[in-house]
Amino acid sequence: MTLIFTFIQKAIGQGIAILFGATGEIITEKSGNLNLGVPGIMYMGGIAGLMGAFFYENSTENPIPIVGMIIAIICCLLASALGGLLYSFLTITLRVNQNVVGLSLTTFGTGFGNFFGGSISKLAGGVGQISVMTTASAFQAKIPGLSKIPVIGDLLFSYGFLTYIAIIISLCATFFITKTRAGLNLRAVGEDPATADAAGINVSKYKYIATVVGTSIAGLGGLYFVMEYLGGTWSNNGFGDRGWLAVALVILALWNPTNAIWGSLVFGGLYILYIYMPGLTRATQELCKMLPYVVTIIVLIITSRRNKPENQSPGSLGNAYFREER
Amino acid sequence: MNNKEPFVRMSKRDGISFGKAWEIRLGAVILSLIVCALVIVLITGQNPIDVYKGIVDGAVGTNRRAWVTIRETVVLLLVAIGLTPAFKMKFWNIGAEGQILMGGVAAAAFMIYFSESMPNWLLLIVTFVASAIAGLLWGLLPAIFKAYFNTNETLFTLMLNYVAMQIVTFCIVFWENPTGSNTVGIINSATQKGWFPSIFGNAYVLNVILVALVTIGVYIYMKYTKQGYEISVVGESQNTARYAGIDVKRVIIRTMMISGAICGFAGALIVNGSSHTISTSIAGGRGFTAIIVAWMSKFNPVAMVIVSLFLVFMQQGSIQIASQFGLNENASDIITGILLFFLIGCEFFVNYKLEFRKNKKED
Amino acid sequence: MGEVNAIELKGVTKRFGEVVANDNINMTLRKGEILSILGENGSGKTTLMNMLSGIYFPDEGQIFVNGEQVTIRSPKDAFSLGIGMIHQHFKLINILTAAENIILGLEGAPILKMDEVRKQVNDLTERYGFDLNPDQKIYDMSVSEKQTVEIMKVLYRGAEILILDEPTAVLTPQETEKLFAVLRNMRAAGKSIIIITHKLNEVLEISDRVAVLRKGTYVDTVETKDATVDSLTEMMVGEKVTLDIERTEPVSPKKRIEVRGVTVKNTEGVTVLKDASFTANSNEILGIAGIAGSGQKELLESIAGLQVMEHGEVLYFSPEGVTEKLSEKKPEEIRSLGVTLSFVPEDRLGMGLVGSMDLTDNMMLRSYKEGKSVFADRKQPRDLAEEIVEKLEVVTPGVDTPVSRLSGGNVQKILVGREIASQPNVLMVAYPVRGLDINSSYTIYNLLNEQKNKGVAVICVGEDLDVLLELCDKIMVLSAGEVVGIEDARTTTKEKLGLMMTGGHKGGKKHE
Repeated sequence: MTLIFTFIQKAIGQGIAILFGATGEIITEKSGNLNLGVPGIMYMGGIAGLMGAFFYENSTENPIPIVGMIIAIICCLLASALGGLLYSFLTITLRVNQNVVGLSLTTFGTGFGNFFGGSISKLAGGVGQISVMTTASAFQAKIPGLSKIPVIGDLLFSYGFLTYIAIIISLCATFFITKTRAGLNLRAVGEDPATADAAGINVSKYKYIATVVGTSIAGLGGLYFVMEYLGGTWSNNGFGDRGWLAVALVILALWNPTNAIWGSLVFGGLYILYIYMPGLTRATQELCKMLPYVVTIIVLIITSRRNKPENQSPGSLGNAYFREER
Repeated sequence: MNNKEPFVRMSKRDGISFGKAWEIRLGAVILSLIVCALVIVLITGQNPIDVYKGIVDGAVGTNRRAWVTIRETVVLLLVAIGLTPAFKMKFWNIGAEGQILMGGVAAAAFMIYFSESMPNWLLLIVTFVASAIAGLLWGLLPAIFKAYFNTNETLFTLMLNYVAMQIVTFCIVFWENPTGSNTVGIINSATQKGWFPSIFGNAYVLNVILVALVTIGVYIYMKYTKQGYEISVVGESQNTARYAGIDVKRVIIRTMMISGAICGFAGALIVNGSSHTISTSIAGGRGFTAIIVAWMSKFNPVAMVIVSLFLVFMQQGSIQIASQFGLNENASDIITGILLFFLIGCEFFVNYKLEFRKNKKED
Repeated sequence: MGEVNAIELKGVTKRFGEVVANDNINMTLRKGEILSILGENGSGKTTLMNMLSGIYFPDEGQIFVNGEQVTIRSPKDAFSLGIGMIHQHFKLINILTAAENIILGLEGAPILKMDEVRKQVNDLTERYGFDLNPDQKIYDMSVSEKQTVEIMKVLYRGAEILILDEPTAVLTPQETEKLFAVLRNMRAAGKSIIIITHKLNEVLEISDRVAVLRKGTYVDTVETKDATVDSLTEMMVGEKVTLDIERTEPVSPKKRIEVRGVTVKNTEGVTVLKDASFTANSNEILGIAGIAGSGQKELLESIAGLQVMEHGEVLYFSPEGVTEKLSEKKPEEIRSLGVTLSFVPEDRLGMGLVGSMDLTDNMMLRSYKEGKSVFADRKQPRDLAEEIVEKLEVVTPGVDTPVSRLSGGNVQKILVGREIASQPNVLMVAYPVRGLDINSSYTIYNLLNEQKNKGVAVICVGEDLDVLLELCDKIMVLSAGEVVGIEDARTTTKEKLGLMMTGGHKGGKKHE
């Protein structure tokens, strides 16, 4: 029994970073932009937050956790928003192919993260790994009182605040997409930009904003990983393929952020299932790890078999929209 | 003043002279080099001239370094060449990474299991065929679903990359050497079975020859054969293809098999021809970079050689810079990223021209 | 009089390049009336209305709305003047509901109050007698329901003047009745309505007045009560124009293609071709007349093997006396039977040619498979391209130029030239001279005649009755997907064809 609880707890820990990425990417994709730069963005968000906290902690005698936390979040949001802005500028204004830009951004972002993660303390004149224990403590703080409740406390209240923020953002994103005027316009832009344009909606504006907001949210996933999961340190390529899992989760969630919440739990679970499955050899463990991708492929095939159109990818996903070429 | 005319207007060029297009691209390259220099100076605090000397030194400073640069260039070129038929058909194969890995796994398997049973030349040929088939199957899968169900190939091929990666780690468990290291180590390090033989005393000459052959082959295939012609028609308009009596589904599947096979063969080129081991990082993002190479070169093989060489040159150079200053080797990814942003961004200025609003008062 | 008109046009002119789409149009729409605008294809009806809805801007002339001169530069301007246009091609987002589509792009509170919208929509549907579920998704809707949503979009935005572009083209008779009832309710509520159409019986049924356009010029406006089918047809088609197209007598025509009971449904499940049967003979040009979208495209594509048929068959009788069944065969299979069937489709650059490829490569589209070699022969296509350029006087920098860079007339010469070069037994052409200048048009007519004299069975879909009457030997008329009749081009009249096309000929004798 406790094993199952630990499993769920760990699965949530694994899933939250993916959830941030998926929620951000859903908002972006709803505007018709397929941003394959999300894995790079998450690296950038993570390292930017870490660097912000690192410089802050190194500059004062007694760093205050909350201040470090705020600095880390601001740096993370700025870096990931800039990444989104770059993607938007290249794809929307300069009309470069979305896949090409996205993949370049991932190459750049991953390198950016690993480079600074590995070099920043050396550049700052120190030695060894960066570590921002103080700031990380603010990210890892559990809810006092509630987390002490046996079983339920561990299961529901043993996480840092970013976990709850991830879920709140996903719920808000669903509300935004389905219940607000801007959300309605956004869906129209992603589905059929020419029609949206004819209805007087500023297509480029929606694409820009959705992409930048989307990458900002995705960047928080990287921050979550370095601060809460790794406790304020960096390990090269430690983030692994979670960025691509976020892209995969978008498909599994059928472009609905609320679905992404439980989907992230499923992915998080599948990601660590091999540790908890009894009787697995090392080899079968590796096969077990490919499950999230296999599941995604199956979902992708099923959705392409024309079920409900609103559960499919946005109609114009991956295509640029130029008015004068109508 | 409320002037309704926007400040800048963009209009599509009717066609641009060959020279002008390359002028713009050259401008972008120079600009990107300046930005890269600034970034490096900012980080290392060194004189930019020294930095670029370091880069040149790192890429071609010694005979060995120059050959490594050539080796890496031809691998990148081969993958880009492999992607060309698929892209020409407007099929977004971003699964080259996975196709390389599958080809690499097949190549490693043959090196490990059959090195005793056949002479080296036969082993090499069998390995090439096996790796090409492995890549082919990995390309065939999304193609079938694209042809029959119109399943999104971008996302499908992307996911398959990671399935391939897990297959590699799965195999590594069995081939581990030494036990517990979680790596395969150098395969056949004593016998050098399955390794590329030296030609003219150099280990990488065969790599160059093979890639040159494939490049010429694909160029001829795309430009002069009936199948190549079918690919371009399908890529331009499926409606026209049907009108001309082309079986669109068959062309999609056949083309992706070719594309996958070449990428799979690139796996063998890496495993047999340079790394002599297998790991999840043998593809090392080349599958992605090659997409950009192919896209930027507009499928022109000469342009592909130039772009690949330029990117690899800068990568190898920045690895050298990084180690010189005790930084980690990921500096090269940042440099590559910056170069790519400029190069892909400049295509806009090749295709469109900007007209600035004239200020009427000054006129 | 005394009352101001809803819309008044004075001397409105619109040109596209050298083509004058609307020439000095003077016209009025009275308040609270239904005005029909009648005209053949290409008479400039839609262009004129697009100037009212802000899609085009007139080159000359003035527009008055409610007595005041206005400038309409965008659809937004049109909306603010209370003008709403319902286009033939719906602009709706498939995955959204009717209500969501109706409010799309409107300003308002950030959080949607769909209940309120639903109530407003229901109020409107009730007031005018629509039938619409605001929560239904567009992809679940029939064509007429989608049209209802388009009309609701306009009404919801408070339009007082509605323009409907061929609203009945896509509707069944029952749905048309329903639409007309709604339009009458709107008229009763004081709205002014323009409906573009070329169905005479509908014009007579619904409108108060009829304005007639012909070839870009304004003919006249008459009170519907004073008009008859015959008088309107006369106004619409005008005097017969003599074109001097050389026409030879067919020499011993033989049956070449027989179409038996072909029925085709489009992707939306609507029957677009109903039980079509006819024969096309060698040494003859069979013209196909009809309003755009009456099933011409589907008919030709059925013969070419590009269309899935519900039922029916297409037979081919070779000059050697062999009969082949073409239906249920793909183009390549038809080709392998030795049937040389050439087809110049309506969509020249989207189907017949590849715009980004050069002339030589476009020649290859038909011939590249020839021969056993894996390599494609470019020598012959290149020679052919050069030959066509020379013979048909194609204006191009060279045979290496992408065809999309050429003008419409030159593109068509290349397409027709290629199709004729394969020495076909059957030649099908759709709208062969659309968008072409006079000289190019005559080049094409001569080519078709040349083919006919060589013994080819030519099928020519056209829109200009004058041309069909002088070019063809027989003219088949399609109306709403049905073959209404086949006339002898030498004896029939323009009026008669016009009546058959517009459904005014209902109950007339039907050829078998």
